[in-house]
Amino acid sequence: MSGNSDRLKLGDFEFDSRLFIGTGKFESGPLLEKSVFASRSQMVTVAMKRANPDAKEDSILDFIDSQAIKILPNTSGVRDAKEAVFVAKMAREALNTNWLKLEIHPDPKYLMPDPIATLEATRELVKEGFVVLPYCHADPVLCKKLEDVGAAAVMPLGSPIGSNRGLETREFLRIIIEQSSIPVVVDAGIGAPSQAAEAMEMGASAVLVNTAIAVSKDPVGMGNAFGSAVQAGRMAYLAGLGKVRNKAEATSPLTSFLS
Amino acid sequence: MKKMDSFVGKFEQADWHEIAKKITSTDSRQIERALDGAGQGGMEDLAALLSPLANEKYLEEMAQLAHRLTLQRFGKVIRMFAPIYLSNECNNVCDYCGFSMGNQIARKTLSTAEILREIGILKKYKFDHILLVTGESAKKVGVDYLYGSIKILTEYFSNVSIEVQPLNEDEYTRLISAGLHAVLVYQETYEKNSYAKHHLKGKKKNFDWRLSTPDRLGRAGINKIGLGCLYGLTNDWRTDSFFAGMHLDYLEKKYWQTSFSMSFPRLRPCEGELDPVVDLTDRDLVQLLCAFRIFNHELELSLSTRESSVLRENLLPLGITSMSAGSKTNPGGYAGNVESLEQFSISDDRSPFEIAEMLRSNGYEPVWKDWDSSYQCQEKNSAVSKFSLDKADPKILLVS
Repeated sequence: MSGNSDRLKLGDFEFDSRLFIGTGKFESGPLLEKSVFASRSQMVTVAMKRANPDAKEDSILDFIDSQAIKILPNTSGVRDAKEAVFVAKMAREALNTNWLKLEIHPDPKYLMPDPIATLEATRELVKEGFVVLPYCHADPVLCKKLEDVGAAAVMPLGSPIGSNRGLETREFLRIIIEQSSIPVVVDAGIGAPSQAAEAMEMGASAVLVNTAIAVSKDPVGMGNAFGSAVQAGRMAYLAGLGKVRNKAEATSPLTSFLS
Repeated sequence: MKKMDSFVGKFEQADWHEIAKKITSTDSRQIERALDGAGQGGMEDLAALLSPLANEKYLEEMAQLAHRLTLQRFGKVIRMFAPIYLSNECNNVCDYCGFSMGNQIARKTLSTAEILREIGILKKYKFDHILLVTGESAKKVGVDYLYGSIKILTEYFSNVSIEVQPLNEDEYTRLISAGLHAVLVYQETYEKNSYAKHHLKGKKKNFDWRLSTPDRLGRAGINKIGLGCLYGLTNDWRTDSFFAGMHLDYLEKKYWQTSFSMSFPRLRPCEGELDPVVDLTDRDLVQLLCAFRIFNHELELSLSTRESSVLRENLLPLGITSMSAGSKTNPGGYAGNVESLEQFSISDDRSPFEIAEMLRSNGYEPVWKDWDSSYQCQEKNSAVSKFSLDKADPKILLVS
């Protein structure tokens, strides 16, 4: 996509695609590879808990073309800030990248992000030179605080991880997008391409999708569909959506006699 | 510990017979409500899903829903683990167990060198999640021994769990500091009279001590607790399962940072073992799996090599999230077979590689690593050491 003037700037990188993909839940490495290719995504996130330095053939990393696709390690599985910082350093060592998707879920049931620990860990990791993309609640104040301590983007949730419920936090996402001076990536809960398009139409900088693609009957087809939806949503945002009006506009104005 | 500080208090308030009656008197409307709401109606839904009527008329619907819920939460992956039996020493007398004191079997507790041999073999099979199993013998297999074993194991495996005698909270805290991830402690049966009938001597006789074990684990901050009944010890398996569900529900609310697993081992009629008082059929097992998946969407459901290869393959899509493979259930069992490894492929027991291949052909990815003990043991492992430490190669130790 050369000549694209609408590239997403994130850290020292620019992306043509505004779709990021999570790599969990796929039935096989080759299927993951094909799905990512079909989606045109240029960044995928990989859980460090799944990365195995001892057994190469078990690694998701073997199925990602790191020349074309940026790998964003994530801290899934950690329960507090201390563990998150530890895993971040492990990821930097193992994958030779200072980029990090920070996710801290002390609650294994709904995998809700811990706002306090996330802010603490972001502050520390930024100081250590990481490009931090924190996964967080759709909390406008928290997002501003994360921006203040140096996050490269914020990744508020649309609804609980893996729930396919779409943008249940819509109103708070709207405020976050309005107030943010860093990219807003809507992460978690996006279950259909229409929901991804909706996030993009609202002005999100990008979306991250995993479950909806991985567990679809045809992950390659679904990857393609999400790629197109994200692009369409972005184009609609740039073109400017018509406002939804509560009242009809009368064709014969009643006050025109005043002019 | 006071009764009200543990599940014991809640347990004593529940009336077995009332619950049994509630389950058997379930009507279609209650089952349909549980299915329509995908089990979000809590204990009421579990009772309906465990009912005879659900088994008779709604099993396919339950299976479809359980499959969909599992796929959404866990995706198309199955976590793989292998047990290592460290010791068969036991001071308990339990009439259904091969390790029972008084059984004329050769007793054995693995030495460090023997543990390393087991490690060498399991590493060849790609295993990264190990479950350590022992009988109950505080003298021969005490906390110091377990601590030392976990320390060794976490050098080679990312995830080490145990299934051993119940311990106290401080002892669990100590084992967690060594890198312990999960503890399985099945109540065996929640029916007190049956429990007393099958657990005749030894510490395991103490029903309440066992029942309050998950509370001690929760307070010690363990990552995961495994619960379950041993089917065949009590006649009314539906009510027994309901109590296991009640236990899970209580623990999940109280220890919200802990995750939970459940498995459904069953005593089958076979020579040399106790005849189960009830034969849990394959159909019943399917109902149990589906009922628990619908009741709790996040629960890890585990299936051991106790079940046949054909059944395991068929149960796979119903809600199973972890499996053992190629298990040896005697101390030193893996190393004992080191010279006959090739024969695995022609034996009835499928090797871990064959199980992995079976999973792939069913559209599932076998996952060997899904956690890392170094997360909670940061003092001993620096970030650098995890990836550059020269570990002793267990293959070399094997040769020695």
